[in-house]
Amino acid sequence: MRRLLWPVVVLVLLLALNVFFSPGFFSIQVRDGHLYGSLIDILRFGAPLILVSLGMTLVIATGGIDLSVGSVVAISGALACLQISQGASLFTAVALALGLSLVLGAWNGFLVAGIGIQPIIATLILMVAGRGLAQLITDGQIITVNSPAYKVIGGGYWLTVPFGILIVLAVLAVTAFLTRRLALGMLIESVGGNAEASRLAGIRARGIIIMVYAFAALCAGVAGLMISSNVSSADGNNAGLWIELDAILAVVIGGTALSGGRFSLGGTVLGALIIQTLTTTIYSIGVPPETTLLFKALVVTAVCLIQSPSFRAKALRRRGRAAVPGPASEEKVRVSL
Amino acid sequence: MLKRISALVLAGLTALAVTSCGSGSGGTTSASSGGGDSTVTMGFSQVGAESGWRTANTKSVQESAKTAGITLKFSDAQQKQENQIKAIRSFIQQRVDVIAFSPVVESGWDPVLKEAQNAKIPVILTDRAVDSKDTTLYKTFLGSDFIEEGKKAGQWLVEEYKDSTDKVNIVELQGTTGSAPANDRKAGFQEVIGADTKFQIVATQTGDFTRAKGKEVMEAFLKSTPDIDVLYAHNDDMGLGAIEAIEGAGKVPGKDIKIITVDAVKDGMQALADGKINFIVECSPLLGPQLMDLAKKVVKGEEVPARVVTEETTFTQDQAKQALPSRQY
Repeated sequence: MRRLLWPVVVLVLLLALNVFFSPGFFSIQVRDGHLYGSLIDILRFGAPLILVSLGMTLVIATGGIDLSVGSVVAISGALACLQISQGASLFTAVALALGLSLVLGAWNGFLVAGIGIQPIIATLILMVAGRGLAQLITDGQIITVNSPAYKVIGGGYWLTVPFGILIVLAVLAVTAFLTRRLALGMLIESVGGNAEASRLAGIRARGIIIMVYAFAALCAGVAGLMISSNVSSADGNNAGLWIELDAILAVVIGGTALSGGRFSLGGTVLGALIIQTLTTTIYSIGVPPETTLLFKALVVTAVCLIQSPSFRAKALRRRGRAAVPGPASEEKVRVSL
Repeated sequence: MLKRISALVLAGLTALAVTSCGSGSGGTTSASSGGGDSTVTMGFSQVGAESGWRTANTKSVQESAKTAGITLKFSDAQQKQENQIKAIRSFIQQRVDVIAFSPVVESGWDPVLKEAQNAKIPVILTDRAVDSKDTTLYKTFLGSDFIEEGKKAGQWLVEEYKDSTDKVNIVELQGTTGSAPANDRKAGFQEVIGADTKFQIVATQTGDFTRAKGKEVMEAFLKSTPDIDVLYAHNDDMGLGAIEAIEGAGKVPGKDIKIITVDAVKDGMQALADGKINFIVECSPLLGPQLMDLAKKVVKGEEVPARVVTEETTFTQDQAKQALPSRQY
């Protein structure tokens, strides 16, 4: 739990910063029969990022990385909207979109585990080709759909709660159960620690790797449905653009090591929330558009530095030179960034 | 591959047909359909087909070429400059009378435009400009004036609030930061409303020209800025996203918050006709007829202005209802 201390501190600081600029930031009301407020917005718009990050967490835990999730987001949304615009039922559209996502994920896993291509290159292929595929599906246009049922996935409410948040909670619960209550999480960490040793110990490393890539793509597929449903349209060019980078960042902020072998689902959720809160903060405190990216970069740098035990130890040592060096060097081993 | 080969063969055949027509123009009067000597051949290289706007642009060029009796050789560059350069070179080899194209990027055109100049084939730029220092390389640039679009948006606002002395709180959704349409639509708008202090832009942020970002940013604006009178979005898509955010906040778009956008694509026009948007400044892709006029003049050797602005209009809600049925894009 101590691992999650710093992400929580950062999140609270960011939220507190908002109160200075808009006093009503924490107020949550029921308007038009659904919850309404800035905090709800953060959860609602953060939902796709949380999903993508959850998938990314497991991929990174195996020592891999998945750059193609943004493209899968676009493909899934495009296919679902195309189906609905051609009169398919909601179920068919969603099933086809998620099915295709799974296939794409398994393809990534096959390239990584079956052929042995470096994950960053293997998924780069789909990252580039996938955008093209999405545009092929949408014919280069923005497909607008008018389906109240589809709208619910990313823009609707159930018992006043945004439906997207419920989806995230469900996926999170299932993932946490599978990885933390069953042995699956340990197997994933073992493969991430040393795939060859795990194989020799009797773990099917190849199967596990294919599975995590398929899971990451499935999560991205659901996120794609949410994003396109939220605005009732599919945009092959822009949907999910750069979300893979935000997801990797969320995973890292959450304390999962990029080298694999260890992961924290709670940390990832916190990391994704920090990123979404940062985005919302930029809009609500009125950072000029020209400097938005710089502002984001500065905050992220600060967050990463605060998170790093070795940096904290160094900063502390500078203040009190005579401080004991022992614990600092011991902590270095556990550096997560 | 097969498609490309057949396209090449076709291009070759048409080239043959054109040369034979040209050389034997004295005798084959019965074969040529009407125009005879005055038939103009135009080579047109399009950027690609990335949006509904672009598709409408292509259609407009093709249809107006037909009406104007101009033989059109059309080439789609699929967003690649090298394809476009290849297309222009092949137009030069086929000895077309005039070349028109929408450059994919701004720079790197000098060598191929020089080739066209040496072959004495005039060039017309459409929709997008090139940043060449040598302006003799092309005859004219036909396209929208983004500053003018911003001004039109501002003028409607000034007119709408001319009887009121209260402060008008405006929020702005900008296009992609640094892009020409975003910079110019912002500057033009500012120039007009800046004359009166009652107009205040209380929040401005980029929405990247997309619906998703437009919605997300508007949600945040609605919470951080409680009193919003007007939304100015640099394109229809961001405006459409923002409409959803406004509805989600329990307000009525078009009434509680007045909305001005730019572009006039079909979805935007529909929202305007439905009363959810108040005013749209057109950024028209239908520059075909103007292009054909210019092409004819250029081929005849007449002087044309170096910059021609696309004929564009603006739409109010009533005008949108009338225009919507015949809207092409």
